[in-house]
Amino acid sequence: MPIVVHRVEVRPRPDELDPRGDAARRDAESLGLPRTPSRIETAAVYLIEGELSEQQVQRVAGVLLADPVMEVVTVGAAPPVADALIEVHPLPGVMDPDAEAVESAVRAMLGIEVRVRTARRFDLHGVDAATARRVAEESLANPVIHAIHDTPYRPESFATGGRLPPRPSAVVIEDMDDATLARLSRDAHLFLSVPEMKAVQAEYRLLGRDPTEIELETIAQTWSEHCVHKTLKATISYRGPDASSWAGRPGHEPGPDGSITIHNLLRSTIAAATEKLIADGIDWCLSVFVDNAGVIAFDDDQAICFKVETHNHPSALEPYGGAATGIGGCIRDIIGTGLGARPIASTDVFCVAHPDRWKHGELPSGCLHPRRILTQIVAGVRDYGNRMGIPTLNGAVWFDDDYVGNPLVYCGCVGIMPQEMVSGEPITGDRIVVLGGRTGRDGIHGATFSSSELTGTHADEFSHAVQIGNAVTEKKLLEAIIEARDEGLYHAITDCGAGGFSSAVGEMGQCLGAEVRLERAPLKYAGLSPTEIWISEAQERMVLAVPPESIERLGAICRLHEVEMCELGHFGTDDQALIIRHGHQEIGRLSMEFLHEGLPKTTREAVWLRGSAGRGRGSGKATPELGEALRGLLSHPNIASKRWIIRQYDHEVQGASVVKPLVGPDGEGPSDAAVIQPVPGSTRGLAIANGLATGLRADPYVMTLAAIDECVRNLVCVGADPSRIAVLDNFCWPSCHEPKRLGELVRAAEACYDGAIAYRTPFISGKDSLNNQFTTDDGTTIEIPPTLLISGLGIVTDVGRCITMDAKAPGHRLLLVGTTGGDMGGSHYEMLYGAGGDAALPRVDLESGPNIARAVAELIAAGLVRSAHDCSDGGLLVAATEMAMAGNLGLELDIPDDGASLLARCFSEAPSRYLLEVAPASLDTVQASLGTIPHTVIGTFNESTCLTLPAAALDIPIADLLTAWLHPLDW
Amino acid sequence: MPSALILTTSGINCDRELATAFEMAGADAELVHLNRLLAEPRLLNRFDLIGLPGGFSYGDAVSAGRVAAALMRETLYPAFVSAIERGVPIIAPCNGFQIAVQIGLLPGPAPGESWPSTAPAPSVALAPNHTARFVDRWCAIEIPDETRCIWTQGLDAAGERAVLPVAHGEGRFVADDAVQRLAAGGQIAVRYHGNDNPNGSTGDIAGICDASGLVLGLMPHPERFTRWTHHPRWTRLEASILQETPLGLAMFRNAVTRARRQVAAV
Repeated sequence: MPIVVHRVEVRPRPDELDPRGDAARRDAESLGLPRTPSRIETAAVYLIEGELSEQQVQRVAGVLLADPVMEVVTVGAAPPVADALIEVHPLPGVMDPDAEAVESAVRAMLGIEVRVRTARRFDLHGVDAATARRVAEESLANPVIHAIHDTPYRPESFATGGRLPPRPSAVVIEDMDDATLARLSRDAHLFLSVPEMKAVQAEYRLLGRDPTEIELETIAQTWSEHCVHKTLKATISYRGPDASSWAGRPGHEPGPDGSITIHNLLRSTIAAATEKLIADGIDWCLSVFVDNAGVIAFDDDQAICFKVETHNHPSALEPYGGAATGIGGCIRDIIGTGLGARPIASTDVFCVAHPDRWKHGELPSGCLHPRRILTQIVAGVRDYGNRMGIPTLNGAVWFDDDYVGNPLVYCGCVGIMPQEMVSGEPITGDRIVVLGGRTGRDGIHGATFSSSELTGTHADEFSHAVQIGNAVTEKKLLEAIIEARDEGLYHAITDCGAGGFSSAVGEMGQCLGAEVRLERAPLKYAGLSPTEIWISEAQERMVLAVPPESIERLGAICRLHEVEMCELGHFGTDDQALIIRHGHQEIGRLSMEFLHEGLPKTTREAVWLRGSAGRGRGSGKATPELGEALRGLLSHPNIASKRWIIRQYDHEVQGASVVKPLVGPDGEGPSDAAVIQPVPGSTRGLAIANGLATGLRADPYVMTLAAIDECVRNLVCVGADPSRIAVLDNFCWPSCHEPKRLGELVRAAEACYDGAIAYRTPFISGKDSLNNQFTTDDGTTIEIPPTLLISGLGIVTDVGRCITMDAKAPGHRLLLVGTTGGDMGGSHYEMLYGAGGDAALPRVDLESGPNIARAVAELIAAGLVRSAHDCSDGGLLVAATEMAMAGNLGLELDIPDDGASLLARCFSEAPSRYLLEVAPASLDTVQASLGTIPHTVIGTFNESTCLTLPAAALDIPIADLLTAWLHPLDW
Repeated sequence: MPSALILTTSGINCDRELATAFEMAGADAELVHLNRLLAEPRLLNRFDLIGLPGGFSYGDAVSAGRVAAALMRETLYPAFVSAIERGVPIIAPCNGFQIAVQIGLLPGPAPGESWPSTAPAPSVALAPNHTARFVDRWCAIEIPDETRCIWTQGLDAAGERAVLPVAHGEGRFVADDAVQRLAAGGQIAVRYHGNDNPNGSTGDIAGICDASGLVLGLMPHPERFTRWTHHPRWTRLEASILQETPLGLAMFRNAVTRARRQVAAV
């Protein structure tokens, strides 16, 4: 029987709903095209290449591909049923997880090997072919990974692996001058600076030879900003405010001219704070800044680890795959922490441009529409996280038009493991074992690509850096690894992330040396060059150090879980070299010392002039009346309900949920943090939250402290113990070659030091992503706002003491704890309407902020607080409204005059403030307990359906406010 | 102590909480990989209870549960039927439900009829939600008085006690003409209550059982309501309610009690 490509279509029965078609039509409608499809019908398309008889095709179609109750099947192609037809097929080489599953099912059913591709067909009613194509390009498909056809597509045969491997050859760099080195770095996508290229040149002159291609690539991957964080580790000379007050810190050297030299910014600020706190008695940090994630003690037996990563540049080009592989990579960091942790929670924070301010077709060339980006990154996180069975339970979205070409996707993951498994090291003789997905050409140059800035041509140049993930492969990998871990079958583990094998093996073998045989790596298709195998960032792979005697047992576990396993080489070489072989040929030999210590140290200039970062952009509209302003703020997308996103995530899988992301009688209240009870049988809990204060970017020092303070408040509000909070830093910055951008980074890092010490919240892990900017075709560079995400974990002593933010009962009093003042700078009110008076940025008071947090936590632990809510984005009036809306109650407010304007009292975003609901019977005890901590009774919940502030003649139905808050992002 | 087999395989991800729920209800629970069971279907004979957990088996490629069902149908159908004939209660939440309807375990033969010797073609299906979107939320549910289901029978739940979480993208119950027959035969085990139907299911059907009442398939996750702190509004509930047995756990206790009697009888 000849090998041919069979085509099968499966569509809903004619009398059945077609929800996917309806959804496609709604998406098309949101594009705002002159004509919109009146209806879209969909069908799943399967292309099956193999030696199958007609009867066998019918059987596969009837039993495997279609359900007799709800679907009908067509072998071949049904005639067009509408005005236009579109088919979306993955490009060759693009991961197609469903196809892999169908291939194995056909193998099990018929015992025949087939190759499968899946696609989707759309029959569009009411539009012509040209409009249909636009709908396809802007909504149904992404040309970076999809081919669009306008007739049913069935190829004669499937494309197979591409070019032949190039001969491993030396790159002659001995005599190159600076300009030639720079060109080589750019053309070969190495993204190394000229001094770095010269360091490589000098090393090879010493060795008396030229580097091979694979050696240059290895160095480029290892030295990439993404992998080594050279900016945060550089020596920085800072001139600007506050320099002298930082003089006493580790690694800080004051200069005679008022400047300060900071040796290794990361170690001298963020890590230094953690070291100081540990020296000062914090004894629950188990592993900080050395592993794939930071680790703290949960109780006497279990450890918790937490890591947050970004996946920004891939998500700009292909948001679905970019976000999915972002969360997938972060999950692998957790699986690869210590001897392996089990993931128990995920977080996600996105920064995108305002979806309603950009018309389709008016975006800078090379940018996707922000609505599409947000919809697709949510779908990517949803599909990967839900399939992994990890609850995605905390997050945020920040909107700013400067993210238009460079959105931010932060993915976080929390894991749990026994404390005795917190660390592992390979020993000489251990086999280098790769588990999981096959290696392909996908994801090549992710590490160096993420370290460069985006331009309009990146989609063409770097589409191979974009990937689709396969969550089920990773889930199988996880289960096999945990089983092997519990049997003690390996000495060390790490994930294959940026830089692929080159980084994973290079890091694990740093002290011992390693020898690899690249021809052993299982490949997705033929034709990869050794260098491609070595640096491919194909997903869902982990590298283990396995003693020879455990190989057989590990193999049995992998077979049960259907996980592919390969022995790539061994750890331990005579002179601790990294030796790369392909077949019998040695194609690279690198000294681990040069690889890991040879990166030239640089000194960078940083300056900061007060206010150099620019101000928030008020619309300059006339000052609205109070109720109008409140409605406007509730509708601001930063503040508006994110239920559209949250409800798509399985935030309860694993059965550990205690405080959910949405709370209250109707499940609409925005929780400050999520709480889980990760150990069955123990009432101890874990709270997870974040802080993000990008509105205050005019001074990153102020912004950073506000983010730390907000993260702490969020955790305290659900019942976490503020003396057991650990935090993570994730910097996303534009290029720091500009001294003023680096100055902003310095101020943020110094604030991390001050905030961590003041709140006694050690940083346990972090990551930076620089070069987040987009250059348009006309050469304009759009820099993102400096963005620092603080993510936090807090221990809850007894989950039975947790509280939620929804108001509980009429008659209960609303108490403001903390001081507002008059500063309106950086507030959402200022963004919408201008500062209305004082545009100064509100600053965290490092003495009172932590005291207030402790005092509130004590009240909650004593059971005196019925609900608590952090007073932040939008200000007091927004937070109070959220509590009333969430609890289906009315609220009468009376906000006493404390010297600040009514506007500031309502809408200032001053930090360190909490709103507490207290039963009248507890009020005296609460106020006495607060003592000198500033606090004011500002209202009473009632059974009315309105929010009232009689002093300002404000009286609005809660239902109106709820609509304003729910509607904007209810996509 | 009765023992429960929890079937896991590629992409299943609610296996551990399902095992915990069985343990809280007084059973031993053992996770068994599908590949082991396919190699040795008689393993099922060792167990007194069976759980087919939720998740995304084989990535829910093609449609939810389809690939797992294709792998299990021929080899495991007879083993499952003999377990049911032995009186073994089986629960299949979410992806388990989607698999069970495709391997012929649900709705099963009409009352009084015996199981066919090979798996019958599906007569009900779980189609994509009417919104085309995955949804995680809690739903008010009701248990029909006349249900034969041994898992939900006698659980007189209402108000805040009668809620269960759902989390799925393909949970819309669709049936050719079986709804009347199922209702008349007492085979509807759980319905969404009021307007709280999250996926557009026909007849607000959330879960069905076979004619023996032993096999329960449902889209909600009872294993995610075994503690009061699971409840979405627990911080608002009266202290007295918090002393009761949560609905999800009560379902597992029903089945474990039944299995214990069965074990004692043999």
